[in-house]
Amino acid sequence: MAAATEPVIRVRGLVNRFASQVVHDGLDMDVNAREIFGIVGGSGTGKSVLLRTILGLHAPAAGRVELYGREVGAMSRAERSEIVQRFGVTFQNGALIGSLTVAENVQLPLREYRRLDREALDEQSRLCLAMVGLPAAAADKYPSQLSGGMVKRAALARALALEPSLLFLDEPTAGLDPISAAGFDELLLYLHSQLDLTVVMITHDLDTLYRTCGRIGVILDGKMSSGALERIAKNPHPWIQAYFHGPRARATPGGADG
Amino acid sequence: MPSSLALEGDGNDWRLRIAGDWSARALAETQQRLEDLPPSIAGTVTCDWSAAESPGIGPAWALLARLDAIGGGRLRIRHVAPPRHVAFLEDLRGRTPAETAAGDARPAGALGALGRWVLSRGDEAREFAGLVGRVVAVLARAVRRPRAWRFPSLTRHVYESGVTAIPIVSLIAFLISVIVAYLGSQQLRLFGAEIFVVDLIAIAVLREMGVLLTAIIVAGRSGSAFAAEIGAMQLNEEIDALRAMGMDPVELLIVPRILALVIALPALTVIADATGLLGGGLLAHYQAHISWAQFADRLRAAIAPTTFWAGLIKAPVFAILIAVVGTYRGMRVRESPRELGRQTTIAVVQSIFFVMLADALFAVLFVRLDF
Repeated sequence: MAAATEPVIRVRGLVNRFASQVVHDGLDMDVNAREIFGIVGGSGTGKSVLLRTILGLHAPAAGRVELYGREVGAMSRAERSEIVQRFGVTFQNGALIGSLTVAENVQLPLREYRRLDREALDEQSRLCLAMVGLPAAAADKYPSQLSGGMVKRAALARALALEPSLLFLDEPTAGLDPISAAGFDELLLYLHSQLDLTVVMITHDLDTLYRTCGRIGVILDGKMSSGALERIAKNPHPWIQAYFHGPRARATPGGADG
Repeated sequence: MPSSLALEGDGNDWRLRIAGDWSARALAETQQRLEDLPPSIAGTVTCDWSAAESPGIGPAWALLARLDAIGGGRLRIRHVAPPRHVAFLEDLRGRTPAETAAGDARPAGALGALGRWVLSRGDEAREFAGLVGRVVAVLARAVRRPRAWRFPSLTRHVYESGVTAIPIVSLIAFLISVIVAYLGSQQLRLFGAEIFVVDLIAIAVLREMGVLLTAIIVAGRSGSAFAAEIGAMQLNEEIDALRAMGMDPVELLIVPRILALVIALPALTVIADATGLLGGGLLAHYQAHISWAQFADRLRAAIAPTTFWAGLIKAPVFAILIAVVGTYRGMRVRESPRELGRQTTIAVVQSIFFVMLADALFAVLFVRLDF
């Protein structure tokens, strides 16, 4: 019924300010089911704040944030615990718990929300690691022993542990070499195609944007303009022009005038 | 509907009816169903997913893993009306080779743990000795090269670990000697020997408590700060950056801290001695009614020329112990922020332990020397 067209995330009139600095000023955003939505913006435009607001980690000064049609700020504890299991998050630096091995990190949400014995937990963490393409040998390593790319994959494995239908990725390819980053893009596309995921991604990586995102939203002056990438790239706003057609944009589809 | 799993058939042809709630949420229940399967079957299994409600990935994966286990990996598996991700999971299982448990080469058990502990202690001792050696080398160099003394850094650390510690050190020395004088005078009154409370305070404060309390406070304040500062620099690769620029972190970071404590701790000890005597004197005056003249008289008689020095001479030794342990622990921080907290804790505990140990050795030594 309406469920097919109902956006998974709906943000209306979001206002966030820190001290006198207004970060979001009436920001609107919609993310539809099963799309990969990229959030773009310059440093300090509040991309991470937006993500934290959607996740309910930050209370906005004004505005409404809805996840699956339910307002984030107004959820009861039970509702929140139920909705938390429907999304997975990876943070910029992985945010793996340093005192736990990779397998234990992946098992962390499973231990909290499912009653499983050791063997079943190990089986599930094997699944998650296999899904993100980590070798089985990585399971018993500590986060400090992993390379940057492996940390990102391990964080993704943990985010996938509860089989979320919505995935938030904060700069998933930042700090990776181009080959690892491309590998991550392909992994994301593959998982997206297999698991019916809705993905919201903050990224600066133009290659990732072009490769993976169906729609993007650019935060400009506290508001968001969103739409298909090709359409957004034609927006005459100077920041967008500099971003998509600047010296680092190269010959990517849509940046064709270079 | 709750999950159910029915295995029908016999011999070589099995049919597995998967029904009910097989979603990710029901993982614990489906796991139970899987464990109820017979321990071993062979031949062909047809998995019928048609009655499964919103089957999840985790349960499907667990099912495939269980079928692998009970079939010994030789089972032929067919699927009827499978959810889309079953193909994905089979693909995944095909790509991840069955794990050959790479046996942990390290010896297990209590004996192995003991061995590893001893080895790691040996490594630590060697590293520690190496650090002490490098500190001595830097000091030797500094004799000829005044720049190596790093005066700006030295003064900052004297200020941070010495000057800013004056209030707390004075307060604690004052309070402790008031307590000792109070309890002491209660006991001495029984013998009518209240006047000797002055001896008690003088000897206790000057020989032991002044320097020991100061050392413990400094270990807690500065020993931990040294470990945390240097540890944070390690995590941030600042130490490596210094080395890469050809600067010696021992000269830049460790020696100034050690020298600063060697200067600050004796000075703080003198202050602690003074406030300790003041506190004891005040209590003797107001509680035990000993006049100031009597107090001064008795104090002169009680203090041998060595009493004051017997306390003060220990201060630089304690300072070196605290500073070396603190900076060494900071240098040992590697890789994870968790190490930072752990090493900082160890720095404080170990430096207090070493201070106590050294104090005990001094006590024996002074008795032997009749100092």
